[in-house]
Amino acid sequence: MQFRKPLLAIAAVTALAAPAAIAHRMWLLPSSTVVSGTDNWVTVDAAVSNDLFYFDHRPLGAVPVITQPDGSEGKAEHHNVGQFRATFDVHLTQQGTYRIAVVNQGVFGRYVLNGETKMIPRGTTKAQLASVIPAGATDVQTSEMVARNEIFVTQGAPTNTVFKPTGQGIELAPVTHPNDLVANEPATFQFLLDGKPASGLYVTTILGGGRYRAAPKQIDQRTDAQGKVTIKWPEAGMYWINVTPTAPQPEGEGPRPQAQGAGGARPAPGGPQGMGGVPSGRRVSYTTTLEVLAP
Amino acid sequence: MQFRLTGLTTAALGAGALLPNAAAAQTMDLSIELPRMTVAEYHRPYVAVWLEKEGQAPRTLSVWYDVDKRGGEGTKWLHDVRQWWRASGRTMSFPADGISGATRAPGVQKLRLVAGKGGMPALTPGQYTLVVEAAREVGGREVVRLPFAWNGSSATATAKGAAELGGVSFTLKR
Repeated sequence: MQFRKPLLAIAAVTALAAPAAIAHRMWLLPSSTVVSGTDNWVTVDAAVSNDLFYFDHRPLGAVPVITQPDGSEGKAEHHNVGQFRATFDVHLTQQGTYRIAVVNQGVFGRYVLNGETKMIPRGTTKAQLASVIPAGATDVQTSEMVARNEIFVTQGAPTNTVFKPTGQGIELAPVTHPNDLVANEPATFQFLLDGKPASGLYVTTILGGGRYRAAPKQIDQRTDAQGKVTIKWPEAGMYWINVTPTAPQPEGEGPRPQAQGAGGARPAPGGPQGMGGVPSGRRVSYTTTLEVLAP
Repeated sequence: MQFRLTGLTTAALGAGALLPNAAAAQTMDLSIELPRMTVAEYHRPYVAVWLEKEGQAPRTLSVWYDVDKRGGEGTKWLHDVRQWWRASGRTMSFPADGISGATRAPGVQKLRLVAGKGGMPALTPGQYTLVVEAAREVGGREVVRLPFAWNGSSATATAKGAAELGGVSFTLKR
C-alpha cells in the first residue's frame, strides 16, 4: 500500500538496530516441550510474524544457544534459514530441562568525529564500547539492547539449572516450571530485570492458532511488587509470552515517541527516545513460547 | 489434581504415612477393561496405574507400554500418559522392575498387587485414590479415578470409563 511506505521504511531501519522494538513478533516454536525416554530430538521453527505461530513474514535466522541440563552448551543441528522461517534440531541426551535461546544483545549508536556522523559497528558489545569510539568523538549517543527469546524443553523430570540468572536484561525465574503447565492450573512466573525482581513489567500472553479465531486470545498483565505474574490459561495450547518494561507498541508504529510511558502511568526506565532511528537509553525484552497441556 | 509435584520432589508414598508393615500382606485385585475398538488402525494402549494420597508423592503401581521395542524406544511415548507422567512417571526410569510390563490386549485384564512387591506399598489407614490412565496411539486418552478409604481390613471401588477404558474395579484386603 502506497501510503504505508514511509512507515515501513522507518520500521526497517529500526529492525536493523532493534528487532525487539518492532511490532512483529519473534518466536521460537518447539515440536515438543515434554518428552520421555533418554534419546530424543526436538525441532524448532524460528520466525518473525504478526500472527502466532504462522511463518509468513521473515525467518529468525540467528543461531541459537543451547544450554543443557548439566549447564554445558549443546548444539543446534541442521540449522537452515528459509524464506519465512529458520529451523534447527536439538538432540536431547540428558535428563532434565534444556534452554534454547536467541539473545540479541549489544550496543548501538553513533558519534560525530571531524564533523562526520559515524555509526557504531553492529555487533558491538557493552564491553567493547570504549574501544570502538575513537578519541575526539563528540555527540556520542548509544543505546544498549538485551532482547532475550528463549524456550524450554524437558526430557524426563524438570530441572532448574538453566534458570540461573545472568543478571542481564529480563529473565524468567520459575515459580511454576515452564515445562509443567496444565490448562486447569494457573502458573506463576517471576521476572527479573538485571537479576532483580522487577515490578510493573508488561506481560503479554497470546494463544497461538489465531488464524482460526475471530478475536485474539490475549491476556495483558503487569508484574507485582515481587516481579511475579500469575497466568490463568484459557485453554491448552502454545502461548507466546512477551515481557517489556514499557507498554507494548501498537502494530505498525515506528520508533516509540519520546517519553511515552505506560499510558502515562510510569515512564520507562531509561526510556527510549526518538533520535533519527537510533533510540538512546536501553531496550530490554523477554520472549518465550510455553506449551500448556490438557489436564 | 489435589496436589502437585514440581518434579523435584522425590519423596515417595511408602516413605512416610505408608510405612511397610509386618502384618499380613495387603492384596489388591484389580480389574481393568480395555474396550474393543472397531477402528482401522488399532494399537494397544499404554496404561498406567497409580496411587495418590494427599500430601504424599503419587506411587506408580503398574505401567503397560511397548517394552520390547528396540533400543528402549517404547519409552518415547510414555509422556502421552500425561497425568501419570507428570504425577509420577517422569521421575522413574524404565523398564521399572516389578512395575512395568508389556501392553495388554482388549478385554478384561486382571492384576494382583501385593504390598511390598513391585510398586505396591503397604497402606496405612486413610483416604486414597487409585488412578488408571490409558493413552492409545492414533487414539484418545482417558483417566478413571477411584477414591477409597482404607480402614486396615478391606476396601473396594468401581468406576467406568467412557472411551479408552471400560469398567475399572478393585478389592483390597489383608
